[in-house]
Amino acid sequence: MTSPTQQTLEVPVADGEGERYSLRMGPQHPATHGVLRVDLELDGETIIECKPQVGYLHRGFEKLAENRTYAQALILTDRLDYIAAMANNVGYCLAVEKLLGISVPLRAKYIRTLVCEMSRLCSHLLWLATHALDIGAMTVFLYCFREREILLDLFEELCGARLTFSYPRIGGVRQDVTSHFINELQRFLDIFPSKIEEYETLIDTNRIWLKRTVGVGKLSGEEALALGLTGACLRGSGVDYDLRKHQPYDAYDQVEFEVPLGSDGDIYARYRCRMEEMHQSARIIQQCIDQLPPGPIIGPDAPDLVMPNKIPARIEADSSAYGTGLIRLIRDRTPYLTGDVYVATEVPKGELGFYFISDGNNRPYRMHIRSPSFIHIGALAAIAKGELIADLIANIGSLDVVLGESDR
Amino acid sequence: MEQVAITERLRAEFPDEILSSYCNQGQTAVIVRPGRIVEMLRWLRDSDGMRMNHLRSLCGVDNARRKDPGLSRFEVVYNLYSIPLRHEIRLRAEVGDKDPAIDSVVGLWSGADWLERETYDLMGIHFNNHPDLRRVLLPEDWVGHPLRKEYPLKGKVEWAGMTELLEQVKELDKFGFDPEGHAHGQAGQDQEEEE
Repeated sequence: MTSPTQQTLEVPVADGEGERYSLRMGPQHPATHGVLRVDLELDGETIIECKPQVGYLHRGFEKLAENRTYAQALILTDRLDYIAAMANNVGYCLAVEKLLGISVPLRAKYIRTLVCEMSRLCSHLLWLATHALDIGAMTVFLYCFREREILLDLFEELCGARLTFSYPRIGGVRQDVTSHFINELQRFLDIFPSKIEEYETLIDTNRIWLKRTVGVGKLSGEEALALGLTGACLRGSGVDYDLRKHQPYDAYDQVEFEVPLGSDGDIYARYRCRMEEMHQSARIIQQCIDQLPPGPIIGPDAPDLVMPNKIPARIEADSSAYGTGLIRLIRDRTPYLTGDVYVATEVPKGELGFYFISDGNNRPYRMHIRSPSFIHIGALAAIAKGELIADLIANIGSLDVVLGESDR
Repeated sequence: MEQVAITERLRAEFPDEILSSYCNQGQTAVIVRPGRIVEMLRWLRDSDGMRMNHLRSLCGVDNARRKDPGLSRFEVVYNLYSIPLRHEIRLRAEVGDKDPAIDSVVGLWSGADWLERETYDLMGIHFNNHPDLRRVLLPEDWVGHPLRKEYPLKGKVEWAGMTELLEQVKELDKFGFDPEGHAHGQAGQDQEEEE
């Protein structure tokens, strides 16, 4: 005897050919990591066409920065990649320093390197947590958040904020590190490598994880380069491009670390790259703690938080050159260099570049942000085409995008 | 390769295209005519000794209020980097005021697609032969290009749809879901009392 449900159940079956339909995924979809919308053309579960749509979070940072002084525009960079705001801050400060010819003391360089790597750990931990959650490995999520919480607490102790730091300043950093901070960080470093191994035991050889990641979203090195991918997405395809090695900034030329490379260019390779990077980051932080030199944390020629457009004429007693009694007149001058620079740094997501034009004002004439997430989302269409819809989720997670940075 | 040598070789290869070159803070930039930009970038990407295979950034600049004399109204800036040879160069292609347009480089780097769309969206520079030149960050029906210098930072009038939206809110308030019994009128009264 058959049950009535079995008799009356009619499932519409696609007859194979021409059964296309479109699906709008997002912008409120938990697996799109923010407000990303993807318009899909599907044949069954196969993606025929994929059109990512961004802009929901566009706040016009490039326009805003043209109307703020360099010191004021720093806070905008917090809101780019809010998961690793410290790395953005440092990238911005480095670009302005190069533009205006400002030097940074050694201690500040080490502190910046240290906080940048802490930021990288934060970002990679959040990436691992959400990426694993997206493709069904739920346990890792809270494991990663546990360690990320320690880092956020440390950041809070350092500068009072947990996400939007604005800790670096043009020409140095805002406050010095305390011995308590260093001790706590050391305690974290002592346990952290074993924690990474803990995550690895959960998913590294997990059969489901391997099925979802090995051979999915494959990109050759040439393809990845043409698409403009950077960071772990490019290194997963075997291209050795890490700005910390290619154009070392801050104290990266003083510390030893390796750049992990993948060869297959699939999601698993990118995953392995980022896991190795976490080990290397911990190594860099350890060296920064050990080598941290004494000295000032902000340069003598660093601009104040108030940046005047002109330094007014003043008369000053010049006692050094000609003996006492002589005075000299210093005329009105614009204290800022003119010209244009492009400075890129290796943030957790890839290459974050700032292109600045200065015309001698206290505001940038033009600031362009080359944000890795924007370019990675642009590449999604090419990567996802012809793959399954379930793999699209894995691909978005693997590209490690954050929409605040993409939309600016 | 030394940055000066790159400029020299580029000048030898495309003598009529290069307008000037300079070095700022150790970075070399070349100002070029827009006509043969795709050829130049292809040469920089493919020729031996150059191999600039990474397009780092592409953006538009509005020169309307720039102090340097003799610059055209717009320019498109390409930052190139060679991963195998570790050298870089910046190309600034001049684009005129009227119907600003330049050839697309999507054929060389497929990743330039979105960068050019962004430049079109925010700066209003057209890219010839671009496969899909639409706005990317702003809505399709947006008027104007915000990164141009004459575009105001803040609008003088309210957004056209605002009155309609407020009417709608009023209309919906009649059927309002108000769990704590604070209707809008009442809330206003409370405030007045406090003041």
